[in-house]
Amino acid sequence: MIPEIGHYALILALCVSVVLGSLPIYGAAVGNSMLMSVAKPAARGQFLLILLAFCCLGYAFADKDFSVLYVAATSNSQLPLHYRLAAIWGAHEGSLLLWVFILSIWMVAVSFFSTHLPEAMRARILGVMGLVSMGFILFMLTVSNPFERLIPAALDGRDLNPLLQDPGMVIHPPMLYMGYVGFSVAFAFAIAALLGGTLDATWARWSRPWTTVAWCFLTVGVAMGSGWAYYELGWGGWWFWDPVENASFMPWLAGTALIHSLAVTDKRGGFKAWSVLLAIFAFSLSLLGTFLVRSGVLTSVHAFATDPKRGLFILVFLAVVIGGSLILYAWRAPRVGLGGGFSMVSREGMLMANNVLLVAALGSVLLGTLYPLFLDALDLGKISVGPPYFDTVFVPLMTPAIFLMGIGPLAQWKKASLPELATRLRWAFGVSLVTALALPLAMGQWTPLISLGLMMAIWIVTTSAVGLRERLAHADGSSLLGRLAAVPRAYWGMLLAHCGVALFIIGVTMVKGFEVEQDLRMNVGETATIGGYTFQFDGTQQYKGPNYIAARGTFRVSQDGREVTVMYPEKRRYNVQNQTMTEAAISPGLLRDLYVSLGEPLDDGAWSVRLYHKPFIDWIWGGCLVMAVGGVLAISDRRYRLAWRRKEVDVPAATQMARQTVS
Amino acid sequence: MNRFLIPFGVFVVVVGFLAVGLTLNPRELPSPLVGRPAPDFSLPQLHDQGKVLSSNDLKGKVWLLNFWASWCGGCKEEHPVLIHLAQSGEVPIYGMDYKDTREEALTWLRQWGNPYLVVAVDALGRVGINYGVYGVPETYVIDKAGVIRYKQIGPLREDILQGKILPLVRELQNQ
Repeated sequence: MIPEIGHYALILALCVSVVLGSLPIYGAAVGNSMLMSVAKPAARGQFLLILLAFCCLGYAFADKDFSVLYVAATSNSQLPLHYRLAAIWGAHEGSLLLWVFILSIWMVAVSFFSTHLPEAMRARILGVMGLVSMGFILFMLTVSNPFERLIPAALDGRDLNPLLQDPGMVIHPPMLYMGYVGFSVAFAFAIAALLGGTLDATWARWSRPWTTVAWCFLTVGVAMGSGWAYYELGWGGWWFWDPVENASFMPWLAGTALIHSLAVTDKRGGFKAWSVLLAIFAFSLSLLGTFLVRSGVLTSVHAFATDPKRGLFILVFLAVVIGGSLILYAWRAPRVGLGGGFSMVSREGMLMANNVLLVAALGSVLLGTLYPLFLDALDLGKISVGPPYFDTVFVPLMTPAIFLMGIGPLAQWKKASLPELATRLRWAFGVSLVTALALPLAMGQWTPLISLGLMMAIWIVTTSAVGLRERLAHADGSSLLGRLAAVPRAYWGMLLAHCGVALFIIGVTMVKGFEVEQDLRMNVGETATIGGYTFQFDGTQQYKGPNYIAARGTFRVSQDGREVTVMYPEKRRYNVQNQTMTEAAISPGLLRDLYVSLGEPLDDGAWSVRLYHKPFIDWIWGGCLVMAVGGVLAISDRRYRLAWRRKEVDVPAATQMARQTVS
Repeated sequence: MNRFLIPFGVFVVVVGFLAVGLTLNPRELPSPLVGRPAPDFSLPQLHDQGKVLSSNDLKGKVWLLNFWASWCGGCKEEHPVLIHLAQSGEVPIYGMDYKDTREEALTWLRQWGNPYLVVAVDALGRVGINYGVYGVPETYVIDKAGVIRYKQIGPLREDILQGKILPLVRELQNQ
């Protein structure tokens, strides 16, 4: 009964989305405010319906209702409750429901935080989002219904893929989808602006915070996916340039470019058409990612079970949504006009160069991801494109982008003077160059790439310091604290996000340059030493988990004769799918990770073992986190809080009075 | 020429490729073993542990070798196709129970039906390694001389069976 209620709620949500996608947009076109006012309640109603569907599926999982095909396929009676709930998004059908659910959350958020927008704009935005959700709900109801029954019911379920039975996997997909789907807001703003012909600085001002929030979620989501690959796959790597990883990285690159281009549109009125195009790109790439993961067009470790009918549906959907928006763009954008002129040496110029580089990087990742498909389609053979290609194209594109990242924030708008910039930055440059050359030597190994990486990281930090110092010198306030407080949070956010990139680069550089890896056979009692740490293998014990049996190894780790930690890597065998999983043991640290994973059992209790010493690897994810915090700080800026507070004028006078009495 | 149409043009090309991509299967890799002699094996049988199934005994006829396991979802998916093929009697199907336990395999066959003439047990997956098995299910067409003529990675479907495998089997049987 409960699954049928969920199914029914989805059908109703489809009906609501048809209304939401048509009436308000039509109303905005003809200026009928009654039709436009449908948007808000429809968006909220749709949220409630999808919430209901989502809860019904969650209930089916919690209740172990194996008469629901999807529940039987992705869970098992022995699976613990929290993983049963996470199994909602453990496979294709349920993750689509999560997609739509998150889309409806964003819609509700827009309906609440858009009271300052003109009614036509709001109606169009919600309408466009309604159209997108209509496509996805239709997709679910036609070829990917999560509520489909299995009659007679299975005795027990086939269990969740053991790779996904992990705390990281519980929150990674919702985070990632918050980011992916969040770009639908920027997309809807862009389409609404194109439809209404009101493509101006105000449009950029409104869509900026939404873009930044989505970008923050995506940053954390991608970082979590990378962290998951690091500790769960047991290969010790953190990024594999797998098609599905690329699918999440491409929207991130587009989103990053969009944030910077919107800044120009907001402040200077320039790059309008370009910002709109980027907003369309960011969301299109999210959709493309959905297509790549679910259509079976590319091989990937992440690919969902595939079905040609589903692939065809998403492709048609993709063609309609993206094709339609690009035609709309081609039709409307020529009338937008250009912003104010600027010289190449100016903040606009540098942000433009940064955008070109980011989009070029995006293009090269897209090309590398789709290249095997292109060749196969042209019957030129089967190949796979791997990390060597991506590393080769990525580093040369990012190096100048990061160099510009240091200068851009210091340059004046419109026209800056190159000699003057050079004078202001000579110390930053000198310090970066000298440290970058000397530091690797002090650490005992010098390669050009290590120096380059360190130089970029230090360059970001020193130029940020120069920028901050100049800001403080011009800020009002007598004390240093007062002047620090006078610096707007948006500026702090930018500095922090940029420094996050620096931390990230340090992590990557140090891991690439200094990691030590050993594959070896270890007998019980034997020791091995890497990176100054001695690992003693004390053998393995069998133990029984809720739905698996495991061999757990014990490694005593000591440094200079002192025991530092004990590590317990596992080799698990999951009962239902009879799949073995490697659970690496990781001892994290600010300056290094120790990483042990069990290979295969050999004779006499010996095992093949893989040991890693990975310096600074946690800085990779720490850097991403700092970037996201920077984003959060930026949207907590005064101007957004003011816009928020202005609304309180609408609050009934009695409440205001009450508040005053209390204070 | 409207330069604002360029993004749309690029997109149309990409969609064209994606559409072609949908009709292709990236998993359909040319196996280096196709055209080579099938690796020999001699393994205990599933239903009668005392007996052995040896690839040498099968010389002189065209046969299918199907790697499967009770724990594999794709095997359940292709199972009706195999049963249907077995009932037609066109070509003998030999099963290779891959990295599985005997009880579970027997239960599975009892529950869903047994399309195989004989099932051999490859408990450690050694034979699977010789055949280059990526994952189950996989199906090989082996000719009278013991040469692999075709390899199907992933579940068999009726259209693959009718379109590729059966025509090939008939051709090989007539040789």
